[in-house]
Amino acid sequence: MAVTLTINGKRRAFDVPPEMPLLWLLRDVAQLPGTKFGCAAGLCGACSVLVDGVRMFGCQTPAGDAVGKSITTIEGLTEQPLGKALVAAWNEIDVVQCGYCQPGQIVAAASLLKNNPKPDDNAIDAGMSGNICRCGTYPRIRTAIRRAAEIHAGEKA
Amino acid sequence: MISTTRRDVLLGSGLLTGALVVPVALSSRSRAAAPAALAANGWLGVDGLGQVTLALPKTEMGQGILTAITMLAAEELAVQPGAVKVTLADGDAARFAPIDQGTGGSTSIRELWQPLREAGARARAALVAAAAAEWGVPAADCDAHDGAVLHKPSGKVLPYAALVAAAAAAPLPKDAPVRPASAYKVIGRPVRRLDGDAKVRGTAEYGIDVVRPGMKYASIAVCPIFGGKLAGVDEAAARAVPGVTGVIKGADVVYVIADNTWAARQGLIAAKAQWSGSTAQNGANSAAIMADVVAALDKPGFVAATSGDLAAARTGAAHRFSATYTQPFLAHATMEPANCVAHVHDGQCEIWTGTQIPSDARKAAAARLGLPLDQVTLHNRLMGGGFGRRLEADMVERCVDLAKQVAFPVKLIWSREEDMTHDWYRPAYADHIDIAVGADGKIAAWEHKIAGSSIYARLMGAAFKGVDDDAVEGAITPIYASPARHVTFQQQESLVPTSWWRGVGPLRSAFVMESAMDEVAHMVGADPIAFRLAHIDDPRARAVLETVKVQSGWGEKTPAGTGRGVSVIHLWDTYMAAVAEVTVDKDKQITVKKVTVAVDCGQAVNPSGVAAQIDSGVIFGASAALFGEVTIANGRVEQSNYHDYRVLRMNEAPVIQTAIVENHEKPGGMGEPPNAVIFPALANAVFAATGKRVRALPLQKGLQTA
Repeated sequence: MAVTLTINGKRRAFDVPPEMPLLWLLRDVAQLPGTKFGCAAGLCGACSVLVDGVRMFGCQTPAGDAVGKSITTIEGLTEQPLGKALVAAWNEIDVVQCGYCQPGQIVAAASLLKNNPKPDDNAIDAGMSGNICRCGTYPRIRTAIRRAAEIHAGEKA
Repeated sequence: MISTTRRDVLLGSGLLTGALVVPVALSSRSRAAAPAALAANGWLGVDGLGQVTLALPKTEMGQGILTAITMLAAEELAVQPGAVKVTLADGDAARFAPIDQGTGGSTSIRELWQPLREAGARARAALVAAAAAEWGVPAADCDAHDGAVLHKPSGKVLPYAALVAAAAAAPLPKDAPVRPASAYKVIGRPVRRLDGDAKVRGTAEYGIDVVRPGMKYASIAVCPIFGGKLAGVDEAAARAVPGVTGVIKGADVVYVIADNTWAARQGLIAAKAQWSGSTAQNGANSAAIMADVVAALDKPGFVAATSGDLAAARTGAAHRFSATYTQPFLAHATMEPANCVAHVHDGQCEIWTGTQIPSDARKAAAARLGLPLDQVTLHNRLMGGGFGRRLEADMVERCVDLAKQVAFPVKLIWSREEDMTHDWYRPAYADHIDIAVGADGKIAAWEHKIAGSSIYARLMGAAFKGVDDDAVEGAITPIYASPARHVTFQQQESLVPTSWWRGVGPLRSAFVMESAMDEVAHMVGADPIAFRLAHIDDPRARAVLETVKVQSGWGEKTPAGTGRGVSVIHLWDTYMAAVAEVTVDKDKQITVKKVTVAVDCGQAVNPSGVAAQIDSGVIFGASAALFGEVTIANGRVEQSNYHDYRVLRMNEAPVIQTAIVENHEKPGGMGEPPNAVIFPALANAVFAATGKRVRALPLQKGLQTA
């Protein structure tokens, strides 16, 4: 049983059953702990990863389903221009508290901004309501997404 | 592989290279032999390279205390907060005494404000004295500035690195004055979180991220019936799951050990654990528990505070109000589920976890294992939320129970379902309030009876005398004047384990007292803010109420279905007032639109952190006030995950506007107050919007039947 995946641009083979969710493969086998376990039921978004640029819940995505696709985790995203803009905005707005949900929030925000470079409040709500934050950082996340959009647009201009 | 020291390296390097950080440039960095370090105490000092070092005496669960405590050290030692090398400390009561590593009850800044600054000031004075001696000038002509000592008349500068050896060799000055507020360079200025960048990038290490050489992963199922036992397990089925390496049973628990968490979880499903409970255990249900708690209000109770003559004050009262309020069990539902890593070997135990009680959890592990304390090490980690959940040591105890039966380090992770059904719940409470108002419109008599589980009774054992000091906090120190007052507490336990939950006892008190004040204001036909002000003498309490009145646009007309509710508290040495604006639609669905908060927490150490805690408490509190309820049926918790333990999401989050009253008073706590102030503000807003008074939380459920 081997699954070969492309994670953050690198092809890696793992000796795991294909039904193992990406969440656990990333955390326990690939040693990429930035992707967090929150609910294992697709309810909280802490395990969000990009699969071919679209946010997926790592806890609901069997590793086998990601074969042949490009997986981007928080570790890889923050090396890309959009990820760097998000990190800069998150830091500038001083978003995080416990921080545990934030990698998932950043991944969801990246997915949102890829499709909608200048989201309004409704678009932010729609794009981000799959991610729970128990510390209540939502107001600052909202601000930071707008700021990240500005930073990213400025870089592309 | 993550080494034991990775936490320190990671956190330290994160700070030194982060966006906020201004490292102190030190020519001495290249020196081969580092001189002795200057110790301000057992956890604050300046190392041989001249860098300020701080082993965090409290724990970081998201509340921002790492940054705020570092700011206090940075202020006294005259460096940028980002230049301080901060480490998360192992559990070590002796090292930090008299400071308690336990982090809860909004105590950290209140506890550390004076001793930390005094320790820093002594270290600064030692460095200044060393420089003055080196130059042969009066110390009074020198001061610390940006990681160095400056001789003010000449402009000469010596970096700390050049002074540490001499400073460390002399006794620490005894009475070094702390910086006066007029000289603050760090305190009171918004500082971005020092742990923010690593958390955003996913490189910050939480307890759940710890990896040890040779480590296995384990899942856990504890008997879902409170007090029940394990009745059976299909061990063969569990072991047949690829990757599963072991099944371990206890009286009320089963663990499955595997090569990874996924296999451990699959093994646990395959194990099909069977449970048994007594008739009484199986019969426990929340309706009966709450009925018992409400019935306990009819007992005399233990007197927590009494003054004046209730009966006399009630004679001739123009208005009399009485009501009973109930509040349900609540779960913490931290984003990071319960977890712990432990390795028991050769008569020793090493633990890695995120806990609010590093020293007490270490003690608990030693007791559980029958090991001397010095053979148990607990390495604390960042926490993905605490809210009081990690003030209990059960995750460490369960993990060492397992670890002592295996030869390797083991990481035990609770599923979300296990976490939610085996929490230590905020007690279910009932309160009865009886208020008499005289012909002058002033409160004449105030009686408050409180009933529920006592957390202190569990912790204190025989020393408990009947009044739970946490449960009655707030109720016995009201901001409202009343000539006669009587407050009682009656303990009423059930099978449900209870413990601290953000806001603790005063949160319960605040919901009841501020709801009742609103009800009485409406009864006498007074404006809720004006009625409160008529009973408040404390100028700081008046100021936050008057500020929130202006900031919220109180008194402006609101559309049908919209209502504003107010509340004010003085708890944890902080004054806070809130106005919540809600809408209620035709299906009685409540939406929180906007919350305005005014706070006087004394000296705000980090205004950005204070505002963050207000966002946090308002949203955490609104989640619980609107939806939060843990129910029990057949002896088991009915909620299991975020689908049936609902919390606010982005699309439901209100706009939050915060006004900080600036002053230099002694700092108050900030972790709990916003959570306590929002519950009654929301209940009062729902009343304003609907004319329906909800006295049984949660509000969304209560409104359906109100």
